[in-house]
Amino acid sequence: MADYVQMWKDLGMDLETHDLLCQVLPTAVGDVYLSQENRPKAMDFWDLVISEVHGIRPAELIAAQAEGRKVFGTFCVYVPDEVIVAANGIVTGLCGGSQFWVPSGEAVLPKSMCPLVKASVGARLGKTCPFFRIADMYVGETTCDGKKKAYEILGEDVPMYIMDVPQMKREKDILKWKEEIAEFAKTVEEFTGNEITAEKLAESIKIHNEKRKALQRVYNCRKSECLPISGRDALLMTQISFFDDPVRCAQMCNRLADELEQRIADGVSVVPAGTKRILITGTPLAVPNWKLHNIIETSGAAVVCEEMCTGTRYFENLVDESKTTLDEQFMALSERYMKTNCACFTPNTGRIDDILRLCKEYKVDGVIDCSLKFCCLYDTEKYSVSRALKEAGIPVLSLETDYADTDAEQLRTRIGAFVEMLNG
Amino acid sequence: MKYNIGIDIGSTCAKTIVLNETKEIIHRLLQPTGWSSVETAGAIREKLTELGVDWDNAAVVATGYGRISVPYADKCVTEITCHGRGACHIFGSDNLAVIDIGGQDTKLICVEDGMVKDFIMNDKCSAGTGKFLEIMANTLAVSPAQLCELAEKGGGVSISSMCTVFAESEVISLIGRGESKENIAFGVVDSIVKKVATQAGRLNLQDFKVCLTGGLCDFPYLRQRLEKTLNVPVDACPDARYAGAIGAALSAAAVRK
Ligand code: SF4
Ligand code: SF4
Repeated sequence: MADYVQMWKDLGMDLETHDLLCQVLPTAVGDVYLSQENRPKAMDFWDLVISEVHGIRPAELIAAQAEGRKVFGTFCVYVPDEVIVAANGIVTGLCGGSQFWVPSGEAVLPKSMCPLVKASVGARLGKTCPFFRIADMYVGETTCDGKKKAYEILGEDVPMYIMDVPQMKREKDILKWKEEIAEFAKTVEEFTGNEITAEKLAESIKIHNEKRKALQRVYNCRKSECLPISGRDALLMTQISFFDDPVRCAQMCNRLADELEQRIADGVSVVPAGTKRILITGTPLAVPNWKLHNIIETSGAAVVCEEMCTGTRYFENLVDESKTTLDEQFMALSERYMKTNCACFTPNTGRIDDILRLCKEYKVDGVIDCSLKFCCLYDTEKYSVSRALKEAGIPVLSLETDYADTDAEQLRTRIGAFVEMLNG
Repeated sequence: MKYNIGIDIGSTCAKTIVLNETKEIIHRLLQPTGWSSVETAGAIREKLTELGVDWDNAAVVATGYGRISVPYADKCVTEITCHGRGACHIFGSDNLAVIDIGGQDTKLICVEDGMVKDFIMNDKCSAGTGKFLEIMANTLAVSPAQLCELAEKGGGVSISSMCTVFAESEVISLIGRGESKENIAFGVVDSIVKKVATQAGRLNLQDFKVCLTGGLCDFPYLRQRLEKTLNVPVDACPDARYAGAIGAALSAAAVRK
């Protein structure tokens, strides 16, 4: 492993505490990932990235900053990466997915906040995540109340831009989101010192569509009865795609898809025939949150699809590439992003349609609807999600959990019983 | 003779059932789980040997939260599946709604045609469980069974805290205020019944034959209160506390096949 200590020091990180994180991560990766058998070879890329998650990509970002490029940290799939990349900026996801950061977050936030928000604030304040140190500007958004308020605290010592996400999806909301994107583009231009032209934006739109198509290609392979990749591996790919360069991300995903398509042709599956296929839906699973996938896949079932922001919501729907003026392009962006079905919106029946459609596409035997503790939006939607699934005759298990491992055994019992139920 | 053994290691009690080939119960064991499930599992094995179990002809399925601590088990099955199966056997019906009030959790299980179709398990919280009853009984210096008897004669008190720790201090302040034991006991049972009823609200109990399993099944008053609140008849019988172990023993018979 390369020596990143000097880099971390220069970033003003709390090295002692960070060491503790560096000690636990390899064990988690070993337990959840390396213990699996018959993994696709192309996963070597993500194994490497995750094994040095605080080294390789941060070093690249710092090198880019030295050339004058700006790094934008984001927290939601509604923030249009296209605009940032069109101004030669770089996007990195910033959502915290580990219990490790929660206590530092709880030092300033109420206990009854979702762990994703607590961990994100904790990673910043505790100075234990290089990405939070590197980002030149944070881009927040008015989605859930927890995030809105947390941004006020996060933004105290770093430039923070907030995008006003609509709460409904009427015609005027799509127009409003277009205006928000246009205004954001101005800020990005000022901050990076680079003009966003229609040509540059068109190129950026294309880059991001290619990335979406590549991710979709991998997911398409998961639709096969012969399952060529575990849910854990697919999740890791999706999680890392929030941090990676979009062009390389597409290359790597396509490389993986090549191998998976070959596996399907050769009849290579990672699970025995007849293994029950699970779709997970709910709140995002920020890296390194692998808890649920790990429990499901060590209880005799396989995760074949994630209807979540670290899943299909991230890459489904492409941006119309035919537009040639900035105004039209901003509208095309708005139209694409407003198709994302998040529980922050009302009504959000599109999500239920998505879940039912995905169940068919991925030949799902059962759905696990899991929300993070204290996320009242997704928790409330469980009611309509489970009603719709029951009506469609698809078994569903609703769960609530956080990042701590204390409920692992209880989850194991519920998930184990659910799998036993599916097996009949 | 073949022995189908089901061992249910719960949070407070370990229940063991031995069935013969014709699925008749030939042995029942009940003991506290103690602090070590592994030791308990060892003690169960010794007892079964004393009772003449021929291990070469035995199949063992473990269930309950300590199910992974039974080294000689052929298989582990979750308590939800086992309770569903066991209850069908005990109550002689393949279509049931099982309310299981255990030591540290409460489960509601819907069984259709002998298969678990849906279930709900309370979350990380001891409200509405055997533990809750036990702690409140301790605070009132009575046994859980006595608490239920007292409750029958009480009324008028309700305990608002859902959290066991807060409910305990609520009970202590009720004692301090001179409230009668009967009335406090009533409030305790009332709180358990309400909690279970809230959970049950998510399932369509009217469509099922409802039965009560788990450690609290031999408290008639609790069962009556459940019937009243849920507005459905609730069945119970002495063997219902062994439902998990019976279900495990039935699974053991299947393992052998
Ligand atoms: S769940 Fe909603 S708020 Fe969270 S990242 Fe997704 S779209 Fe954004
Ligand atoms: S999981 Fe829910 S509460 Fe947490 S950040 Fe997302 S929308 Fe907000």
